[in-house]
Amino acid sequence: MPLSRALARHQTPAILIVLLAIIACVSLVGQSDALHVTLTEMFIRVVVVIGLYVFIGNSGIISFGQIGFMCIGAYAAAWATAEPTFKQIMLQGLPVFLQEAQYPFLGAMAGAMVLPAAVALLLGFAIMRLSGTAASIATFAFLIIVNSVYSNWDSVTAGVSSIIGIPTVVGPWTAYAFAAVAIVVAYLFQISRVGLMLRASRDDEVAARASAVHVLRMRLAAFVLSAALCGLGGGLYAQFLGILTVDPFYLSLSFITLAMLVVGGMFSLTGAVVGVVVVTAVVEILRALERGVGLGDTAFSLPSGSQEIGLGVVMALILIFRPSGLARGKEIRLFRAAPAAPPATVPDAGLQLSESPTSAR
Amino acid sequence: MIQFIQNLIDAVALGSIYALVALGVGLLFGILRLINFAHGDYITIGAYALIVPSADVTARLLIGDWPWPVLIPTICLIVVIAALLTDAAVFRPLRRATSPTLMIASFAVSYIIQNGVLMAYGSRPKSVDLWSGANSQVFIGDLRVPMLQLITLAVTLVLMIAVTLFLRRTSYGIQMRAAAEDFRMAQYLGVRGNVVIGIAFALSGILAGVVSLLYTTQSGSLSHVMGVPLALFAFVAVVVGGMGSLVGAVVGGFVIGIIVTMLQAYLPPDLRAFRDAFAFAFVILVLLVRPAGLVPSRSTFERV
Repeated sequence: MPLSRALARHQTPAILIVLLAIIACVSLVGQSDALHVTLTEMFIRVVVVIGLYVFIGNSGIISFGQIGFMCIGAYAAAWATAEPTFKQIMLQGLPVFLQEAQYPFLGAMAGAMVLPAAVALLLGFAIMRLSGTAASIATFAFLIIVNSVYSNWDSVTAGVSSIIGIPTVVGPWTAYAFAAVAIVVAYLFQISRVGLMLRASRDDEVAARASAVHVLRMRLAAFVLSAALCGLGGGLYAQFLGILTVDPFYLSLSFITLAMLVVGGMFSLTGAVVGVVVVTAVVEILRALERGVGLGDTAFSLPSGSQEIGLGVVMALILIFRPSGLARGKEIRLFRAAPAAPPATVPDAGLQLSESPTSAR
Repeated sequence: MIQFIQNLIDAVALGSIYALVALGVGLLFGILRLINFAHGDYITIGAYALIVPSADVTARLLIGDWPWPVLIPTICLIVVIAALLTDAAVFRPLRRATSPTLMIASFAVSYIIQNGVLMAYGSRPKSVDLWSGANSQVFIGDLRVPMLQLITLAVTLVLMIAVTLFLRRTSYGIQMRAAAEDFRMAQYLGVRGNVVIGIAFALSGILAGVVSLLYTTQSGSLSHVMGVPLALFAFVAVVVGGMGSLVGAVVGGFVIGIIVTMLQAYLPPDLRAFRDAFAFAFVILVLLVRPAGLVPSRSTFERV
């Protein structure tokens, strides 16, 4: 049966999508707003972390700058959808076609993908030439550039004050739908020719080059796709909150999303998705503990700030004791695939990059 | 002309702070291949150690009130202990890990320290008055030079000579350079890895401690993220200088300082807010022309 064989072969994205659907169903049970907010945020982060994974997981280069693309995407969506009256007063630097019109949700999401992707193409052209570590630092510099530009360019971003009047159309199910799309896109990329060549260069750059893999071009492709996905996450975030400032798109969010990827395991799509779910759960538990729980007669609560410190500690522990993350670099599979080889083979012995003091010499 | 020389002095003073931070970052990168995000937070720790731990808005000096011959070693000692603790807790178990893993781990350490400081001292920036006398001005001809800039320059010079002498003349210094050249080979030849790495952490802690004092005196305020921009400029300096070369790191630090100051001085006023963006964009341009940095080091090239 070709259909069942195809299903068995490509079961990973299907399983992940079903898994998230089960979690999304929680929103049907509880009608509390807090739950909806948590779920929506989680699905948006699935989109962003998958965006991170597309570049970091496939290329092996850490990027701290993808949250910058999320920021660009969020503002693109805000420009497209905010109230024209607000834009004409506060954002006079915007081009007229944005100032005077209000575009539909999907159009805004397209903009939220295209603009970051274009920026990534330009930027990536410069920084993909650097060695792995230097490229990571350059992406960090990029995050600072975005933050500095977007918090000072008053006529277009309203500076440090916020953009208001963005239609809030994103709820748990919309966010879920986009998370599912992101899973499919990332999966298709990693089994594609480009994805496989990129993964080959991650595992052994010299051998990949010797096999005529154009490493720079492959990395650039992943970087652009990653930026588009992160931008999409940003656009969803803008249309979920309805109000936008630059502040959230900085080190803290960079850290949290990277922690999600590391905890889940940065070398598999399963890892990216599982990481978001697990870290969200951990953070929610720590938050609940910060608010305080009653144990019999005594109330017990953690000091505020324990949530952040706890997350940092969890991440450090994972790096020390399980460097390939919860998923160990493997993809989730329930059925044995037919003879065709599994599409993504991954080292499970940890990160592979040739700059370590031990492996490179 | 006078204005230009004035700017140049500002640039060199700022550059020497970046150079000190970059030297601290570069020392660890040379040996461990670790880009230490927590380095900026060592600086934060040094600065916060000056005041009484509390979440009050106004800071009361504790160690900061001590006479300087006691104050400086105490702060350096506190930062060195913090640096060694992070090594023992996180980096030592990761000795065999790769460069990206180490970088992420240091990012985690940095996040933990920042939020630890936030928890203990509150989130609002605090103003402190450390050695405000040093901000007085000295006139050299028509030039108006803040005393602090001269002190910064002198301190930088002394520290760099000291670090150079340590690396060239002492047995541990030579072991460190050997470890930076080829860690495994150095170990085969009897260099004790953890000792050398510990010394590198201690040295980078001392440098961070000194920077925290210079920077706090100059800015007069504390915040739990104060170290982040310093560390970032230092990373960029290390990359611009050519990763793995200490001379490169120092040169890179001065280059960044000069770029930032000159942009601040000569950009049109309405673009000045974008100074850092221009500076980093310029850096990315430099790297396009010289991807291996200004002073390429042999060890950055991968061997097959």
